[in-house]
Amino acid sequence: MSEVKNILLVGVGGQGTILASKILTSGLMKAGYDVKMSEIHGMSQRGGSVSTQVRYGDKVYSPIVGKGSADVIVAFEEMEALRWLDHLKIGGTMVINDFRIQPVPVNLGNAEYPEGIIEHLKGICDVHAFKAAEIATELGNPKAMNIVLLGALVKSMGGLDDIDWDAEIEANVKPKFVDLNKKAFHAGYDL
Amino acid sequence: MKVIMSGNEATARGAYEGGARFASAYPGTPSTEILENMPQYGDSVYSEWAPNEKVATEAAIGASIAGVRSFCAMKHVGMNVAADPIFTFAYTGVTGGFVMVVADDPGQHSSQNEQDNRNTAKSARLLMLEPADSQESKDFMKKAFALSEKFDMPVLFHVTTRTCHSKGIVELGDREEAAVPDYEPKIKKYVTAPANAKVLRATLEDRIAAAKEFSNNCEFNRVEMHDTKIGVITSGVSYQYAREIFEDGASYLKLGLTFPMPDDLIKDFCSKVDKVYIVEEMDPYIEEHVKMLGIDCIGKDVIPKYDELNTDIVRKAFLGVEPDTYKSDMATVVRPPALCAGCPHRGLFYCLSKRKGIMITGDIGCYTLGMAPPLNAVHTTICMGASISQGHGASIALKDAGKDTKVVSVIGDSTFFHTGVNSLMDAVYNSGSNLSIILDNRITGMTGHQQNPGTGFTLMGKEAPEVDIPALCKSIGVKDENIITVNPNNLEETNAALDKLLAKDEPTVLITRWPCVLKKFSQQDLDEFPTLHKTQCVIDQDKCKNCKMCVKTGCPALISTKDNVVVDYTSCNGCTVCRQVCPFDAIEEVTR
Repeated sequence: MSEVKNILLVGVGGQGTILASKILTSGLMKAGYDVKMSEIHGMSQRGGSVSTQVRYGDKVYSPIVGKGSADVIVAFEEMEALRWLDHLKIGGTMVINDFRIQPVPVNLGNAEYPEGIIEHLKGICDVHAFKAAEIATELGNPKAMNIVLLGALVKSMGGLDDIDWDAEIEANVKPKFVDLNKKAFHAGYDL
Repeated sequence: MKVIMSGNEATARGAYEGGARFASAYPGTPSTEILENMPQYGDSVYSEWAPNEKVATEAAIGASIAGVRSFCAMKHVGMNVAADPIFTFAYTGVTGGFVMVVADDPGQHSSQNEQDNRNTAKSARLLMLEPADSQESKDFMKKAFALSEKFDMPVLFHVTTRTCHSKGIVELGDREEAAVPDYEPKIKKYVTAPANAKVLRATLEDRIAAAKEFSNNCEFNRVEMHDTKIGVITSGVSYQYAREIFEDGASYLKLGLTFPMPDDLIKDFCSKVDKVYIVEEMDPYIEEHVKMLGIDCIGKDVIPKYDELNTDIVRKAFLGVEPDTYKSDMATVVRPPALCAGCPHRGLFYCLSKRKGIMITGDIGCYTLGMAPPLNAVHTTICMGASISQGHGASIALKDAGKDTKVVSVIGDSTFFHTGVNSLMDAVYNSGSNLSIILDNRITGMTGHQQNPGTGFTLMGKEAPEVDIPALCKSIGVKDENIITVNPNNLEETNAALDKLLAKDEPTVLITRWPCVLKKFSQQDLDEFPTLHKTQCVIDQDKCKNCKMCVKTGCPALISTKDNVVVDYTSCNGCTVCRQVCPFDAIEEVTR
């Protein structure tokens, strides 16, 4: 029996973690894996911290990723990477979008956004950081940064190259955004 | 065919396959997507949004009595609203199979309390099914209707946030049609006058006894024998956590039918293992029953009685080990949810936040977030519809005690239709003096944009009559001159209305009418609100003195640092509240 793989997508409500994980799980299912995915809806969507958890293998029981067990964490925002660090498996990879969203307490001057998170994390674990928003903007729309990150995630996981990700993008995004998202996926994959 | 489905999508699919013909619900996280997924089966199943959970339950009960397989769905606290009909419907039993889907929220991801409704099934005496993943959600729901008919009992279909919102692979099946009998009155069964109800109460015990016999040997309860040193009894998603942690190092009694409980099956399983562990979320529902059977077991001694369960908690509780993790000494800043950029509630709450000496009673919805800094303009949240009735009680009590504190109650459009209307009746009938503010954002917002009796559309996409809120308030008895409708993005207009209505010593109503910024606008919205999303705000950095007045509106589109404030153009929707509070005219509205 192959070991169950664990992926965490973490970010801020509205960043598109759910679409990225939808494409991911659909591709994994077609590749023959048992897949479970877990997300939380509701109040936290209004700008709060959000997480989507994906697990795949021959047989998956629990739908959630425990502490110290994520093979890859994809952080759509840098402080969210720090918040979820304890969920990364020892030896796992942290894919980080070099991008900040100020939480309300920082905006109000009641707290300071921690400086140097990415450098700090590089001293702790394997980090793959880049500016997904800039890459997506160059491709035509900053909102496609979620798919840039998905491409980088697929590369980091390894062993998923046989899946037809272009077909999954076609099946899950609106026709007028298909080309943009395919480019975004490959840009993230090729980094 | 295999597809990936959330538990909620699978429950909807199960209802379709199980021959349901009628569905009703009031939206509530984590249950909302069950009914949202019904219109795709519209050729076979009629589905609707009801104004509240009691109404949804009663409508589905009516369909069952008419001979049709039916169901209703709600979040856990909705069960409290629906308790009145279901406690009696348990006595009468069903004609068409009847299922009440109740979604608990362990860990309170999106709820004001955490209640374990497995206790409700026991207390109301309803058959209870507990699926553990999406496949079981589909399969159990499909079989629930026939089960309800077999024992002449309603089914409580107990799910939790984690089963509702997790996705897994589901093997689909075909729909099984159930014949609809010609209607015949069954007065002794359905008129619960005491003479009939006493008889029904006695026969209910016979029905429960028959179901208990069935529960000992049914497909919903499953034994998995592996190593017999440990025997785990569990249900729902907790099974997945236990299976993950103990693997084949334990045997399992996985319960799917948990009221009535399978006593013989439990005794038999426990006799075959050395030690019994109970792995369950929230209350010791299974554990107390097992102990009542005289069996020693370990459960809530080591697992917390509250919060959501997970593999980390189960591992630590029973095995005493914690995983190796990376650690950091760098602190993170909390990221609480906030009212969206351009949210029409912001203008109102900004105006309220500037007023001294008022009590602000709140309600359930996005606008609960008006409580958060920097606005701090919601002082209470208890339950759906409570803002106006609480405000009424407080206004009478404060006045009686000689205090001059004015009371303002804030409630959303959908919540007003849910149970706020009754509260306004109370305030008017009993001469209260609170100002009721109905935040009409033209949709049910927090749960993700469901239609309601005020929006002009139904769940199945048909056009519908709209409740005329001012006319409704007037018919309840609020004086015409005490009802004002404003655009809440216009602070001057909103403040003028607040001044006028707060000066009154009688029930008054302010309606703030502007669509939720995240709403998919209807043609009617575009006609009524032509400036929607047409403009944005920009800060002229030459005029800006960095005074942070705009930031005090709490808008997340304003990015504030020590040096300056800038507008994030990807999120600004042009509500202009920041422009109106800027003392230096440094903010301009430009075409988007």
